Amino acid sequence: MRYESQRVAMPYFIFALILFAGQIVFGLVLGLQYVVGDFLFPEIPFNVARMVHTNLLIVWLLFGFMGATYYLVPEEAQTELYSPLLAWILFWVFAVAGTLTILGYLFVDYATLADVTMNKLLPTMGREFLEQPTITKIGIAIVAVGFLFNILMTALKGRKTVVNIVLITGLVGLAALWLFSFYNPSNLTLDKYFWWFVVHLWVEGVWELIMGAILAYVLIKITGVDREVIEKWLYVIIAMALISGIIGTGHHFFWIGPPEYWLWLGSVFSAIEPLPFFMMVLFAFNMINRRRRNHPNKAAMLWAMGTAVMAFLGAGVWGFLHTLAPVNYYTHGSQITAAHGHMAFYGAYVMIVLTIISYAMPIMRGRPYGNSNTAQVLEMWGFWLMTISMVFITLFLTGAGILQVWLQRIPESGQALSFMATQDHISLFYWMRFVAGCFFLSGLAVYFGSFFIKGQASPSEEVRGPATEDA
Amino acid sequence: MAERFTKSMARNIYLGGSAFFVLLFLALTFDTQSRAMPERDNRDQITEQVVRGKHVWEENNCIGCHTLMGEGAYFAPELANVFDRRGAGDSAVFKSFMNAWMNAMPTNVPGRRQMPQFNLTDQEIEDLAEFLEWTSKIDDNNWPPNIEG
Repeated sequence: MRYESQRVAMPYFIFALILFAGQIVFGLVLGLQYVVGDFLFPEIPFNVARMVHTNLLIVWLLFGFMGATYYLVPEEAQTELYSPLLAWILFWVFAVAGTLTILGYLFVDYATLADVTMNKLLPTMGREFLEQPTITKIGIAIVAVGFLFNILMTALKGRKTVVNIVLITGLVGLAALWLFSFYNPSNLTLDKYFWWFVVHLWVEGVWELIMGAILAYVLIKITGVDREVIEKWLYVIIAMALISGIIGTGHHFFWIGPPEYWLWLGSVFSAIEPLPFFMMVLFAFNMINRRRRNHPNKAAMLWAMGTAVMAFLGAGVWGFLHTLAPVNYYTHGSQITAAHGHMAFYGAYVMIVLTIISYAMPIMRGRPYGNSNTAQVLEMWGFWLMTISMVFITLFLTGAGILQVWLQRIPESGQALSFMATQDHISLFYWMRFVAGCFFLSGLAVYFGSFFIKGQASPSEEVRGPATEDA
Repeated sequence: MAERFTKSMARNIYLGGSAFFVLLFLALTFDTQSRAMPERDNRDQITEQVVRGKHVWEENNCIGCHTLMGEGAYFAPELANVFDRRGAGDSAVFKSFMNAWMNAMPTNVPGRRQMPQFNLTDQEIEDLAEFLEWTSKIDDNNWPPNIEG
């Protein structure tokens, strides 16, 4: 860590991980409610638990992105952060607002929450992932503006690297697109159309810039490969992400009102969407093969490779599985969607945040070469337990989805099973998904455990010079 | 990557490509919104009641369990076509169904998925029914494939 102010990333990472744990606990509640329908009813109905599960995910990923930004922007710009104090203030504002919102979901009836937060004045609540009270949405916008100001002032006074430019472009896009969360027309088709400007253009647009920039930064650090090479890759990857992803929004416009040409546009462009993720796999493995140093933090390298592979599988392959309009006609809004959502979010965004945490956290804790071998081994156990569990969660949900489509969607009206009857038929898959979820939680516990092991990697493990003859 | 392919070429593909597709997306959005959607979303049928019904839908977080046009949670049935499924396409039948259904919740059958009691007024239930009826008439390229949603 070359600049003292990078340390402000620490509270962001720690709080992100705490929220991550909360997200998983509520994920298990939901998983159980799928098979034991009245579990925790009426104290925590499904909709409340789901809101907590998805909102915690979004908020902790935002904390992770902010922590990553505070850590890497000063180092890339070769200057101290413009205002560590502002970063601390915004941390507390966001942490308190986020916590209050979650507690509001849990302890106040949603209609009452809408009432006391005066949703009537500017109705924005009650839409998937955008359930936050309007006041929280305004708070998020204010935090984003303060954060961007701090980061821009830092980046502008220092060295302008491609990693910084791409990361900041992604963050500005994230903040700008958030404004669509305030647009909630009474015409449902318009509401849905512009809702995707937040949801799709975040996760299949600007977030990919953030992910690419963080991955590039970590690869520069742990492989020692020339920055020029890495930056060229980064440009090509984000070019493909935006070229495919922007019109790829069309795959959400198939069945919500927009005209038929979106069936073609959405299908064709989203068929290209796996490409940037595939290139990330090539990128990560190529850079690691051509490494000029053997960084002793092997866990960080594992996360970097893991995020590329899992993002490709989850966002790329599982996305493509159901993205062509004739397929999506049957799979839209089924458990196939849930399967894709789980692996895509885990692979692309959870794992990229855990990658930067794995790299940066030991350095901030005074262990420049990484954690001790024991801690790294434990962290890697956490990696494999969580990742393999997520693979199984995805496979079981895919199985559930295929059977659901077969029983409920494909037969003619009259022959098809009803939604609830279908759910009964696929409950075995839900049970298996729940078991896989329990393994995920155990992986998370092991991962957390790795933070409590003392000691650090020795610099002597660092082998400088070409790792392979042709590098 | 080959040396002939330089970083500035990569950057230009990124800048040019994303600028082009952003503009194309905006143009398509303009066409969709100004030309196509008014023909397809029966917006002239959006009454005061439909608007109020949408607020009832939102303020009770219905999307947290149900899907509407395939979007939402996958815990409870699709509701964009519930007007056809439960009301047989008849407003009066659908309203009386909605009233009976909303007031019967939760069923409290042990082990079954439970829908909360939202304590809606008769007026709110009627507004919600109007909203769902309007939604069922949007031209959505014939989704879902059958009546079960």
